[in-house]
Amino acid sequence: MPLRRSPIRWLFAAAAVVLLAACAAHPQWQLDDVQGHLPDLEFGMTNDLGQPVTASTYRGKVVLLYFGYTNCPDVCPLTLVHLHTVLQKMGKAADDVRVLFVTVDPVRDTVPVLHQYVTAFDPRIVGLTGTQDAIAQLAKRYRAFYKPETPKDKAGDYDVTHSSAIYVFDRDGHARLLATPGSSNDEILHDLDILVGQS
Amino acid sequence: MSFVLHKRLCATACACLLAITAVGAAPSAPANIRVEHAWIRWLPANLPAAGYATIINDGDGVQRLTGARSADYASAMLHHSRLAQGDSTMEMVDHLDIPAHGSVKLAPGGYHLMLSHATHPVKPGDKVPVTLRFADGTTLQVNFSVLPANAAPSG
Repeated sequence: MPLRRSPIRWLFAAAAVVLLAACAAHPQWQLDDVQGHLPDLEFGMTNDLGQPVTASTYRGKVVLLYFGYTNCPDVCPLTLVHLHTVLQKMGKAADDVRVLFVTVDPVRDTVPVLHQYVTAFDPRIVGLTGTQDAIAQLAKRYRAFYKPETPKDKAGDYDVTHSSAIYVFDRDGHARLLATPGSSNDEILHDLDILVGQS
Repeated sequence: MSFVLHKRLCATACACLLAITAVGAAPSAPANIRVEHAWIRWLPANLPAAGYATIINDGDGVQRLTGARSADYASAMLHHSRLAQGDSTMEMVDHLDIPAHGSVKLAPGGYHLMLSHATHPVKPGDKVPVTLRFADGTTLQVNFSVLPANAAPSG
Protein backbone atom coordinates (compact mmCIF):
# COMPACT_ATOMS: atom_id res chain seq x y z
CA MET A 1 0.00 0.00 0.00
CA PRO A 2 1.62 3.30 -1.06
CA LEU A 3 2.35 5.85 1.64
CA ARG A 4 -0.08 8.74 1.46
CA ARG A 5 1.49 12.16 1.53
CA SER A 6 -0.55 15.25 2.15
CA PRO A 7 0.16 18.33 -0.03
CA ILE A 8 1.06 20.29 3.13
CA ARG A 9 3.90 17.83 3.81
CA TRP A 10 5.29 18.38 0.36
CA LEU A 11 5.13 22.10 0.98
CA PHE A 12 7.17 21.75 4.20
CA ALA A 13 9.70 19.52 2.48
CA ALA A 14 10.09 22.01 -0.38
CA ALA A 15 10.50 24.88 2.09
CA ALA A 16 13.17 22.90 3.95
CA VAL A 17 15.12 22.32 0.73
CA VAL A 18 14.98 26.04 -0.12
CA LEU A 19 16.12 26.98 3.40
CA LEU A 20 19.02 24.50 3.31
CA ALA A 21 20.16 25.86 -0.04
CA ALA A 22 20.01 29.38 1.37
CA CYS A 23 22.08 28.32 4.39
CA ALA A 24 24.73 26.74 2.19
CA ALA A 25 25.05 29.96 0.19
CA HIS A 26 24.98 32.22 3.26
CA PRO A 27 26.54 30.58 6.30
CA GLN A 28 24.86 31.19 9.61
CA TRP A 29 27.46 33.59 10.99
CA GLN A 30 27.61 33.98 14.73
CA LEU A 31 29.56 37.25 14.53
CA ASP A 32 28.25 40.40 12.84
CA ASP A 33 28.23 40.10 9.06
CA VAL A 34 29.80 43.27 7.59
CA GLN A 35 30.29 42.07 4.03
CA GLY A 36 29.90 44.99 1.65
CA HIS A 37 29.87 47.52 4.48
CA LEU A 38 33.60 47.93 5.09
CA PRO A 39 36.40 48.31 2.51
CA ASP A 40 38.97 45.66 1.63
CA LEU A 41 42.11 45.38 3.73
CA GLU A 42 44.72 47.91 2.61
CA PHE A 43 47.75 49.32 4.42
CA GLY A 44 51.48 49.86 4.27
CA MET A 45 53.17 49.32 7.65
CA THR A 46 56.11 47.70 9.44
CA ASN A 47 55.81 44.30 11.13
CA ASP A 48 57.28 43.37 14.51
CA LEU A 49 60.47 42.15 12.83
CA GLY A 50 60.99 45.59 11.30
CA GLN A 51 60.04 44.48 7.76
CA PRO A 52 57.77 46.55 5.51
CA VAL A 53 54.46 44.80 4.91
CA THR A 54 51.25 45.54 3.02
CA ALA A 55 47.82 43.95 2.94
CA SER A 56 48.97 41.77 0.03
CA THR A 57 51.58 40.18 2.33
CA TYR A 58 48.64 38.46 4.03
CA ARG A 59 46.54 37.58 0.96
CA GLY A 60 45.64 33.91 1.15
CA LYS A 61 45.27 34.09 4.94
CA VAL A 62 42.17 34.84 6.94
CA VAL A 63 43.09 38.04 8.78
CA LEU A 64 41.89 39.36 12.13
CA LEU A 65 42.66 43.04 12.62
CA TYR A 66 42.75 44.57 16.09
CA PHE A 67 43.88 48.00 17.29
CA GLY A 68 45.62 48.13 20.67
CA TYR A 69 48.82 49.08 22.51
CA THR A 70 51.30 47.26 24.70
CA ASN A 71 50.91 49.45 27.79
CA CYS A 72 47.39 48.07 27.94
CA PRO A 73 47.61 45.37 30.65
CA ASP A 74 43.96 44.32 30.82
CA VAL A 75 41.65 44.48 27.79
CA CYS A 76 44.29 44.01 25.04
CA PRO A 77 45.74 40.87 26.69
CA LEU A 78 42.21 39.60 27.32
CA THR A 79 41.44 39.94 23.60
CA LEU A 80 44.75 38.40 22.50
CA VAL A 81 44.28 35.48 24.93
CA HIS A 82 40.79 34.89 23.46
CA LEU A 83 42.29 34.78 19.97
CA HIS A 84 45.20 32.58 21.10
CA THR A 85 42.71 30.12 22.62
CA VAL A 86 40.68 30.06 19.39
CA LEU A 87 43.82 29.46 17.29
CA GLN A 88 44.85 26.62 19.62
CA LYS A 89 41.43 25.01 19.22
CA MET A 90 41.58 25.32 15.42
CA GLY A 91 44.71 23.19 15.33
CA LYS A 92 46.44 22.96 11.95
CA ALA A 93 43.81 25.16 10.25
CA ALA A 94 45.09 28.10 12.31
CA ASP A 95 48.18 28.20 10.06
CA ASP A 96 45.87 29.91 7.56
CA VAL A 97 44.97 32.66 10.05
CA ARG A 98 46.93 35.76 11.02
CA VAL A 99 46.06 38.19 13.79
CA LEU A 100 47.32 41.70 13.04
CA PHE A 101 47.76 43.76 16.22
CA VAL A 102 48.06 47.38 15.08
CA THR A 103 49.54 49.70 17.69
CA VAL A 104 47.74 52.97 18.35
CA ASP A 105 50.72 54.06 20.48
CA PRO A 106 53.69 54.01 18.05
CA VAL A 107 55.85 56.25 20.26
CA ARG A 108 56.12 53.70 23.09
CA ASP A 109 55.53 50.62 20.93
CA THR A 110 58.88 50.26 19.24
CA VAL A 111 59.42 47.26 16.97
CA PRO A 112 61.28 45.22 19.67
CA VAL A 113 58.63 45.94 22.34
CA LEU A 114 55.85 45.07 19.92
CA HIS A 115 57.65 41.84 18.99
CA GLN A 116 58.09 40.74 22.60
CA TYR A 117 54.49 41.62 23.39
CA VAL A 118 52.73 39.78 20.55
CA THR A 119 54.92 36.68 20.64
CA ALA A 120 54.21 36.31 24.37
CA PHE A 121 50.62 35.52 23.33
CA ASP A 122 50.89 33.50 20.11
CA PRO A 123 53.34 33.08 17.22
CA ARG A 124 50.49 33.71 14.78
CA ILE A 125 49.93 37.20 16.13
CA VAL A 126 51.81 39.88 14.16
CA GLY A 127 52.49 43.34 15.57
CA LEU A 128 52.17 46.23 13.13
CA THR A 129 53.39 49.78 13.51
CA GLY A 130 53.90 52.68 11.17
CA THR A 131 53.85 56.42 10.88
CA GLN A 132 51.18 58.26 12.86
CA ASP A 133 49.60 58.98 9.50
CA ALA A 134 49.54 55.36 8.32
CA ILE A 135 47.97 54.23 11.61
CA ALA A 136 45.40 57.04 11.52
CA GLN A 137 44.48 56.18 7.93
CA LEU A 138 43.99 52.50 8.69
CA ALA A 139 41.88 53.31 11.74
CA LYS A 140 39.79 55.76 9.74
CA ARG A 141 39.27 53.20 6.98
CA TYR A 142 37.55 50.89 9.48
CA ARG A 143 35.95 53.68 11.54
CA ALA A 144 38.09 52.70 14.51
CA PHE A 145 38.75 55.32 17.17
CA TYR A 146 41.74 55.94 19.42
CA LYS A 147 42.83 58.78 21.64
CA PRO A 148 45.85 59.07 23.97
CA GLU A 149 44.69 60.26 27.39
CA THR A 150 46.50 62.83 29.54
CA PRO A 151 49.33 61.37 31.66
CA LYS A 152 48.00 60.03 34.94
CA ASP A 153 51.15 60.10 37.08
CA LYS A 154 54.52 61.75 37.58
CA ALA A 155 56.21 59.09 35.45
CA GLY A 156 54.22 60.38 32.46
CA ASP A 157 52.39 57.07 31.95
CA TYR A 158 49.26 57.45 29.88
CA ASP A 159 46.44 55.25 28.67
CA VAL A 160 45.02 55.20 25.16
CA THR A 161 41.28 54.83 24.70
CA HIS A 162 40.69 52.69 21.62
CA SER A 163 38.07 50.78 19.66
CA SER A 164 37.86 47.22 20.84
CA ALA A 165 36.44 45.62 17.68
CA ILE A 166 38.12 42.74 15.86
CA TYR A 167 37.73 43.00 12.06
CA VAL A 168 37.74 39.71 10.18
CA PHE A 169 38.84 39.52 6.52
CA ASP A 170 38.68 36.55 4.17
CA ARG A 171 41.62 35.16 2.19
CA ASP A 172 41.03 37.77 -0.53
CA GLY A 173 41.16 40.68 1.90
CA HIS A 174 37.42 41.35 1.85
CA ALA A 175 35.95 42.57 5.16
CA ARG A 176 33.51 39.88 6.28
CA LEU A 177 32.82 39.89 10.01
CA LEU A 178 33.08 41.98 13.14
CA ALA A 179 33.81 40.51 16.58
CA THR A 180 34.06 42.27 19.95
CA PRO A 181 35.84 41.36 23.21
CA GLY A 182 32.39 40.15 24.29
CA SER A 183 32.23 37.57 21.48
CA SER A 184 32.71 34.07 22.86
CA ASN A 185 35.60 31.87 21.77
CA ASP A 186 33.06 29.42 20.31
CA GLU A 187 31.44 32.13 18.16
CA ILE A 188 34.81 33.24 16.77
CA LEU A 189 35.92 29.63 16.28
CA HIS A 190 32.69 28.72 14.47
CA ASP A 191 33.00 31.56 11.97
CA LEU A 192 36.76 31.24 11.44
CA ASP A 193 36.33 27.54 10.64
CA ILE A 194 33.87 28.49 7.89
CA LEU A 195 36.07 31.29 6.51
CA VAL A 196 39.22 29.14 6.49
CA GLY A 197 37.22 26.43 4.71
CA GLN A 198 36.31 28.85 1.92
CA SER A 199 39.01 29.15 -0.69
CA MET B 1 68.58 66.25 91.31
CA SER B 2 65.00 67.10 90.53
CA PHE B 3 66.19 68.07 87.07
CA VAL B 4 67.59 64.57 86.50
CA LEU B 5 64.35 63.04 87.76
CA HIS B 6 62.40 65.31 85.52
CA LYS B 7 64.57 64.30 82.60
CA ARG B 8 64.05 60.64 83.40
CA LEU B 9 60.32 61.08 83.67
CA CYS B 10 60.34 62.87 80.40
CA ALA B 11 62.32 60.07 78.73
CA THR B 12 59.96 57.45 80.10
CA ALA B 13 56.95 59.42 78.93
CA CYS B 14 58.47 59.82 75.52
CA ALA B 15 59.27 56.12 75.28
CA CYS B 16 55.70 55.32 76.30
CA LEU B 17 54.31 57.70 73.73
CA LEU B 18 56.54 56.21 71.06
CA ALA B 19 55.43 52.72 71.99
CA ILE B 20 51.78 53.75 71.80
CA THR B 21 52.34 55.41 68.43
CA ALA B 22 54.14 52.33 67.17
CA VAL B 23 51.26 50.09 68.25
CA GLY B 24 48.80 52.49 66.66
CA ALA B 25 50.73 52.60 63.40
CA ALA B 26 51.25 48.86 63.11
CA PRO B 27 48.57 47.93 60.60
CA SER B 28 46.35 45.06 61.61
CA ALA B 29 44.77 42.65 59.17
CA PRO B 30 41.14 43.32 58.28
CA ALA B 31 38.71 41.06 60.08
CA ASN B 32 36.82 38.59 57.91
CA ILE B 33 38.58 39.36 54.62
CA ARG B 34 39.97 36.53 52.51
CA VAL B 35 41.66 36.71 49.11
CA GLU B 36 41.67 33.84 46.61
CA HIS B 37 43.00 33.21 43.09
CA ALA B 38 45.45 36.11 43.25
CA TRP B 39 47.50 36.27 40.03
CA ILE B 40 49.37 38.67 37.80
CA ARG B 41 49.41 38.48 34.01
CA TRP B 42 53.10 38.75 33.16
CA LEU B 43 54.02 40.96 30.23
CA PRO B 44 57.48 41.31 28.64
CA ALA B 45 59.63 44.44 28.26
CA ASN B 46 58.81 45.66 31.78
CA LEU B 47 55.34 46.66 30.57
CA PRO B 48 52.68 47.37 33.17
CA ALA B 49 50.99 44.18 34.36
CA ALA B 50 47.50 43.59 35.71
CA GLY B 51 46.82 41.88 39.04
CA TYR B 52 43.62 39.93 39.61
CA ALA B 53 42.04 38.32 42.68
CA THR B 54 38.78 37.44 44.35
CA ILE B 55 38.28 39.38 47.59
CA ILE B 56 35.81 37.77 49.96
CA ASN B 57 34.19 39.54 52.91
CA ASP B 58 32.78 37.13 55.52
CA GLY B 59 31.92 39.98 57.90
CA ASP B 60 28.70 41.85 58.65
CA GLY B 61 29.99 45.21 57.43
CA VAL B 62 31.16 46.56 54.09
CA GLN B 63 34.95 46.62 53.64
CA ARG B 64 36.33 49.36 51.45
CA LEU B 65 39.51 48.61 49.48
CA THR B 66 41.35 51.90 48.99
CA GLY B 67 44.62 50.88 47.39
CA ALA B 68 47.57 48.55 47.12
CA ARG B 69 51.33 48.63 47.15
CA SER B 70 54.11 46.20 46.38
CA ALA B 71 57.86 46.38 46.88
CA ASP B 72 58.20 44.74 43.46
CA TYR B 73 56.50 47.60 41.57
CA ALA B 74 57.02 51.34 41.89
CA SER B 75 53.34 51.90 41.26
CA ALA B 76 50.22 49.89 42.08
CA MET B 77 46.87 51.43 41.23
CA LEU B 78 43.31 50.24 41.37
CA HIS B 79 41.88 50.46 37.85
CA HIS B 80 38.69 49.66 36.04
CA SER B 81 38.41 48.83 32.35
CA ARG B 82 35.27 49.95 30.68
CA LEU B 83 33.82 49.07 27.32
CA ALA B 84 31.52 51.84 26.21
CA GLN B 85 30.10 52.03 22.68
CA GLY B 86 32.80 49.76 21.37
CA ASP B 87 35.64 51.78 22.91
CA SER B 88 37.87 50.35 25.57
CA THR B 89 39.02 52.75 28.24
CA MET B 90 40.76 52.46 31.61
CA GLU B 91 40.02 54.63 34.59
CA MET B 92 41.57 54.99 38.02
CA VAL B 93 39.36 54.02 40.92
CA ASP B 94 39.91 55.40 44.43
CA HIS B 95 38.01 52.69 46.26
CA LEU B 96 36.16 49.44 45.79
CA ASP B 97 33.55 48.21 48.28
CA ILE B 98 33.47 44.54 49.22
CA PRO B 99 29.89 43.92 50.37
CA ALA B 100 29.11 42.20 53.67
CA HIS B 101 28.96 38.43 53.20
CA GLY B 102 29.88 38.95 49.57
CA SER B 103 32.84 39.13 47.26
CA VAL B 104 34.28 41.20 44.45
CA LYS B 105 36.29 39.79 41.58
CA LEU B 106 39.20 41.67 40.14
CA ALA B 107 39.08 39.98 36.75
CA PRO B 108 40.19 40.60 33.14
CA GLY B 109 38.02 43.22 31.47
CA GLY B 110 36.93 44.82 34.76
CA TYR B 111 38.58 45.81 38.03
CA HIS B 112 42.31 45.11 38.31
CA LEU B 113 45.48 46.32 39.96
CA MET B 114 47.70 48.08 37.48
CA LEU B 115 51.28 47.29 38.48
CA SER B 116 53.87 49.47 36.76
CA HIS B 117 57.65 49.93 36.76
CA ALA B 118 58.84 46.67 38.29
CA THR B 119 61.74 47.30 40.64
CA HIS B 120 63.45 44.09 39.48
CA PRO B 121 62.71 41.62 36.66
CA VAL B 122 59.49 39.73 37.40
CA LYS B 123 58.84 36.50 35.49
CA PRO B 124 56.18 33.78 35.24
CA GLY B 125 56.40 31.44 38.20
CA ASP B 126 57.31 34.21 40.66
CA LYS B 127 55.23 35.11 43.69
CA VAL B 128 54.74 38.83 44.22
CA PRO B 129 53.62 40.03 47.65
CA VAL B 130 51.05 42.81 47.34
CA THR B 131 49.66 44.69 50.34
CA LEU B 132 46.00 45.61 50.06
CA ARG B 133 44.92 48.67 52.01
CA PHE B 134 41.44 49.16 53.43
CA ALA B 135 39.59 52.32 54.52
CA ASP B 136 39.60 51.31 58.20
CA GLY B 137 43.41 51.39 58.20
CA THR B 138 43.86 47.64 58.06
CA THR B 139 46.15 46.01 55.51
CA LEU B 140 46.45 42.51 54.13
CA GLN B 141 49.48 41.06 52.39
CA VAL B 142 48.64 38.64 49.59
CA ASN B 143 51.00 36.59 47.42
CA PHE B 144 50.10 36.97 43.74
CA SER B 145 51.22 34.18 41.39
CA VAL B 146 52.82 35.46 38.19
CA LEU B 147 51.35 33.63 35.19
CA PRO B 148 52.39 33.75 31.50
CA ALA B 149 50.93 36.46 29.23
CA ASN B 150 48.57 34.03 27.52
CA ALA B 151 47.25 32.39 30.70
CA ALA B 152 43.49 32.05 30.93
CA PRO B 153 42.85 30.85 34.47
CA SER B 154 39.27 30.06 35.35
CA GLY B 155 39.55 31.22 38.97
